[in-house]
Amino acid sequence: MKLLIVDDSLIMRRAIERSLGRSHFTEVRTATTGVQAVDMFERYQPDVVTMDITMPDMDGLTAVDIILKRNPRATILVVSALADKATAVEAIKRGASGFLLKPITAESVHNALEDILTD
Amino acid sequence: MEETILKIFAQSITRYFATVSGGEATLGTPYLSAGNESVAYDFSAVIGITGSHRGNIYYTAPREKLHALLPLIGEREPDDRLCAELVGEITNTISGNAREQLGGGFMISTPFIVEGSPLNIHTARDTTCYILPVSWNNHRSRVLVSLQQTSAST
Repeated sequence: MKLLIVDDSLIMRRAIERSLGRSHFTEVRTATTGVQAVDMFERYQPDVVTMDITMPDMDGLTAVDIILKRNPRATILVVSALADKATAVEAIKRGASGFLLKPITAESVHNALEDILTD
Repeated sequence: MEETILKIFAQSITRYFATVSGGEATLGTPYLSAGNESVAYDFSAVIGITGSHRGNIYYTAPREKLHALLPLIGEREPDDRLCAELVGEITNTISGNAREQLGGGFMISTPFIVEGSPLNIHTARDTTCYILPVSWNNHRSRVLVSLQQTSAST
């Protein structure tokens, strides 16, 4: 399976990638903005996307909209520090498969990805 | 208002260290910045706040503290680039987590990182800046909170 990690923070991209361990993903790519995420999604066709919200150029929720318009079956896990309930609800309403709150741990990322893949 | 806001950021930073390091961060007594003292450590990040509040949130930490924290998140070869990234991520996380209590109207920017130079604190007119000392594993750092509630919050 292919995974696309979208986050403007290098620390977060590396932390998410490390947390995968021996998981389902054989190929991992990264993007640092919403615009780049949409472009990478088109070219790379990942099975799963982890998506930050607060990013330069285009926020993650807008990127979720565009990606799901192009491929309604895309599986997207939103990973964000925005802790208000409304943001999580909005992400799910827009079609994200899950919402993971930062700060993350290897275990929380692993569990969140397992959850969306078994749903 | 200041007391509530400071409590929220105290909870956010405590949660960050508890989650990431499994250790406890100890908070010192917050104090008002005089505006002319040196408050910056080696790496700092600032996030702009708009919407229900306006102002800035800062997090500043010395290199040694960041070098101690980075291996706990899996970075085995800490360097200055990762230190800069880490202060940005901490500032982003504690600011975003504050929305749990402050709501979705508390809009945060992406972090701006300042490395190795004095931190100039730009506060909005009539906005005070509070400094919250944070101690973790005998390393010091600071959260700076300079916020004013706006009419958009009502």
